[in-house]
Amino acid sequence: MPDKRMTISEIVAEISDGMTVAIGGWGSRRKPMAVIRALVRSGRKDLTIVSYGGPDVGLLCRAGVASKVVSGFVSLDSIPLEPHYRAARQQGTIEAWEYDEGMLMLALMAGTWRVPFLPTRAGLGSDVPEVMGHLSTVTSPYDGPDGAPEELLAVPALNPDVALIHMHRADQGGNGQFLNEDLYMDDWMAQAADRCFMTCEQLVETEDFASHGTFHTQRISRLMTSGVCETPGGAHFTECPPDYGRDEAFQAEYAATAKDPDAWDAFRAKYLDVDEAEYQTAANPGSPS
Amino acid sequence: MNPTRADICAVAIAETFRGDGERLCNPIGTTPLIGGRLAKASFEPDLVLTDGTASFSAVAFPVGADPEEARLVEAWNPYPQMFTCLWNGKRHVMMGATQVDQYGNQNIACIGEWSQPKAQLLGFRGAPGNTINHTTSYWVPNHSPKSVVERVSVVTGVGWDRAAQLGEAASRFHEIRRVVTNLCVIDFETPDHRARLRSVHPGVTPDEARAATGFELVLEPDTETTRLPTADELELLDRLDPGGLRHREVPEPS
Repeated sequence: MPDKRMTISEIVAEISDGMTVAIGGWGSRRKPMAVIRALVRSGRKDLTIVSYGGPDVGLLCRAGVASKVVSGFVSLDSIPLEPHYRAARQQGTIEAWEYDEGMLMLALMAGTWRVPFLPTRAGLGSDVPEVMGHLSTVTSPYDGPDGAPEELLAVPALNPDVALIHMHRADQGGNGQFLNEDLYMDDWMAQAADRCFMTCEQLVETEDFASHGTFHTQRISRLMTSGVCETPGGAHFTECPPDYGRDEAFQAEYAATAKDPDAWDAFRAKYLDVDEAEYQTAANPGSPS
Repeated sequence: MNPTRADICAVAIAETFRGDGERLCNPIGTTPLIGGRLAKASFEPDLVLTDGTASFSAVAFPVGADPEEARLVEAWNPYPQMFTCLWNGKRHVMMGATQVDQYGNQNIACIGEWSQPKAQLLGFRGAPGNTINHTTSYWVPNHSPKSVVERVSVVTGVGWDRAAQLGEAASRFHEIRRVVTNLCVIDFETPDHRARLRSVHPGVTPDEARAATGFELVLEPDTETTRLPTADELELLDRLDPGGLRHREVPEPS
């Protein structure tokens, strides 16, 4: 088995201006925040972010790293509207593709399966095709129930340059294990992207996965990943149960910075313009929940 | 004890799920959750409930309770499977709506120009896929001409007029069943599926409901009154919402 261990800096070095980056997790849940923080520090520009978005999207918009966002939604869960993303939308500083949540899954599946699109009924009749002019419909080659061929929305494949995901456990070969209730779309993001870099709460020996969860939880195979990095607390302040819950107080502090440029500058200086070890000390992530 | 407006709304929400049988009952929001769980705990025991995370719960548990403590998991249903479940059609969702119009089109995305909205809201979320694949109802706790409008500014959830334009093949799984508000219940059981005032809540006149609506509601000669909760239902409501969260969302009219 290869040794795919990397540092956060080495992961960020693989991402260059203008790339499309898929980010795993869901809302404010199990986001690869350690790499997001490093991306903010890096000063990368013009990234297209693909995400079931949370503070990952908000931070990258606020810091000027993202210029385009492809999302199923952008939310902090306990705070329904992500304030920095909202501000970017209302100031017109980013291009937004806001897909139906399931459409985004199909785009990643199409990318994974190397087909140009997948057909769906989702989106038909809504303003999704109106406001996102790149979308087209496709006519089925088969007769529908009334004898006429059905017209369906053709969701184009997404093939991000890089995917970033955060798992609970991983081995140095790049196999990953999730221990919360939902893998979300992390496996599809990993496979749709050219390369996937995975952070984890804890690196373990392959034979130790079984002591953490059943083999059903070993859903990320090393065929999907190009690099792995241990980042304890790396999903903070998003939730990463059973290792830790969401840091709601920290999230509220983050959200408040959207209304006050000085508060953002102070937040950035204290939490983002520092390395990950200093961040973890400054943020003092909550104890396991 | 006299039922409150919030109790009446919760029961009207429960009624939207009547007859659904073995289907996923998926209300979103405080009073919808209470109403959906009330339906499951009373007249629709075969309904399948989500626990709000990645599982189906075989028991209706109180809103605000920790799902991991309160649920009885009957099946695992993580997000990728949820999309399969809903596109497969065995679901009735009740969503909120910043705007809902006379054909049941819904907007939760934004107000103003798409490229630079005046107010960015939730986005499309699952509304397009929901409405074209299975039954959808809406909950509007603040019925006014700003929320119940002639035309929504962005169509997130597909209404009856848009579905009809798509034709039979594309719209065969579409059903916008009801809009329950803090004032009344609206349905679309008219020849062209225009919104009809199905019932007004006790204490609300049809004229008040009309005045709060941004278009002409179809009226019956005698508008019905939304039914009162039974004694059993009131007891269940207190069990399912011990903290009285429904009263915060729907305050008692003065």
